[in-house]
Amino acid sequence: MDGFAHQLIAGIATGGIYASVALALVMIYQATHHVNFAQGEMATLSTFIALTMIQAGLPYWVAFFATLVVSFIIGALVERILMRPVQNAPVLTHVGVFIGMLLIISNATGWVFGHTTKAFPTPFQSDGLLFGGLVSAHELGSTAVTLAVLILVYLFFAHTSLGLAMRAAAYNPRSARLVGIRVGWMLALGWGLAAAIGSVAGMMVAPAVFLDPNMMLGILLYAFAGALLGGIDNPAGAVGGGFAVGVLENLAGAYVVGTELKLTVALVIIIGVLVVRPSGLFGRVVFSRV
Amino acid sequence: MKPLLIAAGLALALLPIWALESFHLFQLTLAVIMALAVLGLNIVTGYNGQISLGHGAFFAVGAYATAIPMSLLDWSFWATLPVSAIVCGVVGWGVGFPALRLGGLYLALTTFALAVAVPQILKHKAVEAWTGGVQGLFLLKPEAPAWLALSPDQYMYLVALLVAGLCYLLTANLLRGRIGRAMMAVRDNPTAAEAMGMDLASLKTRTFAVSAIITGMAGSLSAAVVEFVAPDSFTFILSISLFVGMVVGGVGSILGSVFGGLFVLFVPNLAEAISRSAPGVIYGAILILFLFILPDGVAGLVRRFTTKKRIIPGRETS
Amino acid sequence: MSTTRRTILIASGATLATPNIAPAQEAPGVTATEIRIGSTNSLSGPASAYSVISTCLTAMFRRLNDEGGVAGRRINFTVYDDAYSPPRTLEQTRRLVEQDRVAFLFNQLGTPTNNAVHRYVNQRRVPHLFLATGADKWANPREFPWTIGWQPSYRVEAQIYAKHILETRPNARIALLYQNDDFGRDYLNGVRDVLGPRFDSMVRTATNEATDPTVDSQIVQLQASGADVLVCGVIPRFAAQAIRRVHEIGWRPMMFMTNVSVSVGAVMEPAGKERGVGLITSDYRKDQSDPAWANDPGMNEWRGFMQRFVPGGDLTDNNFTYGYGVGTTMIQVLRQCGNDFSRENVMRQAANIAPMDVATLLPGIKVQTQPNNFNVIRQMQLQRWDGSGWVRFGNVIEGANV
Repeated sequence: MDGFAHQLIAGIATGGIYASVALALVMIYQATHHVNFAQGEMATLSTFIALTMIQAGLPYWVAFFATLVVSFIIGALVERILMRPVQNAPVLTHVGVFIGMLLIISNATGWVFGHTTKAFPTPFQSDGLLFGGLVSAHELGSTAVTLAVLILVYLFFAHTSLGLAMRAAAYNPRSARLVGIRVGWMLALGWGLAAAIGSVAGMMVAPAVFLDPNMMLGILLYAFAGALLGGIDNPAGAVGGGFAVGVLENLAGAYVVGTELKLTVALVIIIGVLVVRPSGLFGRVVFSRV
Repeated sequence: MKPLLIAAGLALALLPIWALESFHLFQLTLAVIMALAVLGLNIVTGYNGQISLGHGAFFAVGAYATAIPMSLLDWSFWATLPVSAIVCGVVGWGVGFPALRLGGLYLALTTFALAVAVPQILKHKAVEAWTGGVQGLFLLKPEAPAWLALSPDQYMYLVALLVAGLCYLLTANLLRGRIGRAMMAVRDNPTAAEAMGMDLASLKTRTFAVSAIITGMAGSLSAAVVEFVAPDSFTFILSISLFVGMVVGGVGSILGSVFGGLFVLFVPNLAEAISRSAPGVIYGAILILFLFILPDGVAGLVRRFTTKKRIIPGRETS
Repeated sequence: MSTTRRTILIASGATLATPNIAPAQEAPGVTATEIRIGSTNSLSGPASAYSVISTCLTAMFRRLNDEGGVAGRRINFTVYDDAYSPPRTLEQTRRLVEQDRVAFLFNQLGTPTNNAVHRYVNQRRVPHLFLATGADKWANPREFPWTIGWQPSYRVEAQIYAKHILETRPNARIALLYQNDDFGRDYLNGVRDVLGPRFDSMVRTATNEATDPTVDSQIVQLQASGADVLVCGVIPRFAAQAIRRVHEIGWRPMMFMTNVSVSVGAVMEPAGKERGVGLITSDYRKDQSDPAWANDPGMNEWRGFMQRFVPGGDLTDNNFTYGYGVGTTMIQVLRQCGNDFSRENVMRQAANIAPMDVATLLPGIKVQTQPNNFNVIRQMQLQRWDGSGWVRFGNVIEGANV
């Protein structure tokens, strides 16, 4: 039983990692109706930037917020420079550009920052584990940060006119333009915000998994699965989905099929759920007009 | 005019057998194989509008369906092809089922998950006796019949060309016919297609099956040419490469697939020639620049010069 | 489009290369002024952490050339990217052998990748030297006389651990965490070799994938099995995680770590130096961040090299000490060749290295080969982490007689 509790907690902790990245995916989806396959790599790059600042002597929180700003700018620039020229191209071309970005960023990160595994500091220090050896302070702290980001994202989309305008620009660019929304800037803003959220995810993930250029490679798939499982148009659903994937995967690995197939089984279950509920557990069902 | 073009094309395809030295012929063989794999992907994504990021999985299934009988049971290469086609067809058909309910991103995830899961499954101890586990399987490429007087590389190129050529012909026929039109109708307007009385479910699953067979054939060829299969040969990166090949060649274009195969094989080498320290950066940059200039791939460029106006897949959904 | 451009590139390359193919020389890849050596590595893709080995080797050959080369010839070292994909390794290897006409191949990276070219190079009789992989299949001179590895195999390393466990804790309950690939599986095989029929009753296993974010769940699972010994065959990131997690949950097993993942800079410091106290590994290299080697002449030689030839290199990355060791071995073979750089002679010399010391290897550990024994490094020594460095204990262990 004790082992089960440990597995559950370990699953929730891993799920928190997926949830934080899933939030970035929701952000970019809400803003552009795309899923950026290079989101994980962009987050890794941001984390390296943060580490460079910390190593240069900046206090943690200064580096944290500076990284948010830098990541926002990078994200917006990527939209302006890389996505703008293919704005009207087919969606599959966009995916092609995402793949190109993924190749460039991951290779460049390794080239510039090196491939050695690096420790990344956490602001939530503790000696040993809390609550009878179940969780570390960092796991608690980073989960709190993820939830805080979730609330901000929710408030942004549900209760600000900018959030509404951004959703409108993504949902129906032509009509949005007609009511005076500057669609181009909305897209850039969405990319910037997604990159900033991704950088938070990176900085929260890195202390747990250690930083190297491939840190996000595996995480992105799970985060993607979590976001879709919960509903990609619903930030809370995506976070819930992320946690669910983490728990599911760990329990399947520990008790059902063994660790060798845990990824496969987790994915099969997720796909099974999606087949039953194609818009995710908490997603909105979209009807198409004929 | 048309027979002349075909004859010229055939001559052009056969010329390398004598014009190129071994290594380049081998590279070209790999490119033909990639082109065939891209064609398979193009059938389901380009012509039927179902996005797949996991065609590397079918490539792997095809490769193992050839490698296992050749390596463990001493079958000839040719005898494994029908087996490979059947296995890939069944697997593709099975994968087509979730695709009935899932579209867009969800299908992308499903197929991508398949690509990620396949190496893991190949390594599992339950199938290790067959797949060779992490160590993979060795096999020998088919030998040229004595009367042909060809070197192994020349013969393998001919074999790849033959199989790929047949698959291309069959695909072209299929797409030009009733089924092809139905596939494209489903892509462009599923609701209308269904209202017209088309059986969406069977059409979509069968398209997946055909697509998997074609990509699986490429996998079979690859196993024979490389003479080795291992889970590491079929990571999700292969699926991504195929996808890139499809996009740069042109979504929904048969000839574009040929270009796509050449692109994914030769451009990484070009990138490497430019920068040894960060070839991925150069490759990514070439890819993005290419898509800036030709957002509809090479096929889009060709279309611009031909008067026939066609609906380009994906436009409507973006 | 790309094809034509490529053809042009190739054509121009060929014209440039023509004057070098001097008719007087019989040996492929060797002219009066040059020896061409080829390699493949993962310059892009998920395994690109190892690309620094090529950086190191390239720099070593540059140093050699600066010093006048070998027998009056410069070394031309070409490394191609295979992105750790076996089919691409075959393509690039054939490019090296058939198009670039290298004299031989040196230090290609990876087990599946080298598998893909194993038969090709042996059929073609091209020396396939000192591979960057710890699989044990490369030391098979009878069937594959043209292939030779370098580092001690992971399997032997695991055997050493299992032996040590049986000696110190005969009734141990062993937990084994290994990566689900050829590298990790060798630890499973090695432990199984020693335990034999007792394996099933003594050992509980868990695996991880290179794409997993953490191994926390596996550690918890293994602890729950009641094990008092933990053996880990995982890459550095997961090694650091495992050391930290084991400490955090208050599990105090006798813990063994693969020597792939014991770098002070990349594993012990990120995991927390105090958390790893008592950790056991067996290594053949000196760890550059270990204070014990601060004034070691061999390591000073390496540091001087790094400073001059790889100024931007990460000094905590032990791929550089590995590269320095394997590069030294290669240069020794070249020197032994005299003036005959034919493939036959290169292979003969590679198979006849008299026991030699290498600057970045532990004292007492030799590089050596005989025509019937292609295990280049056969010795290792157990060492224990004391919170600040690795402390060697016991004798140098000969891999063959564990």
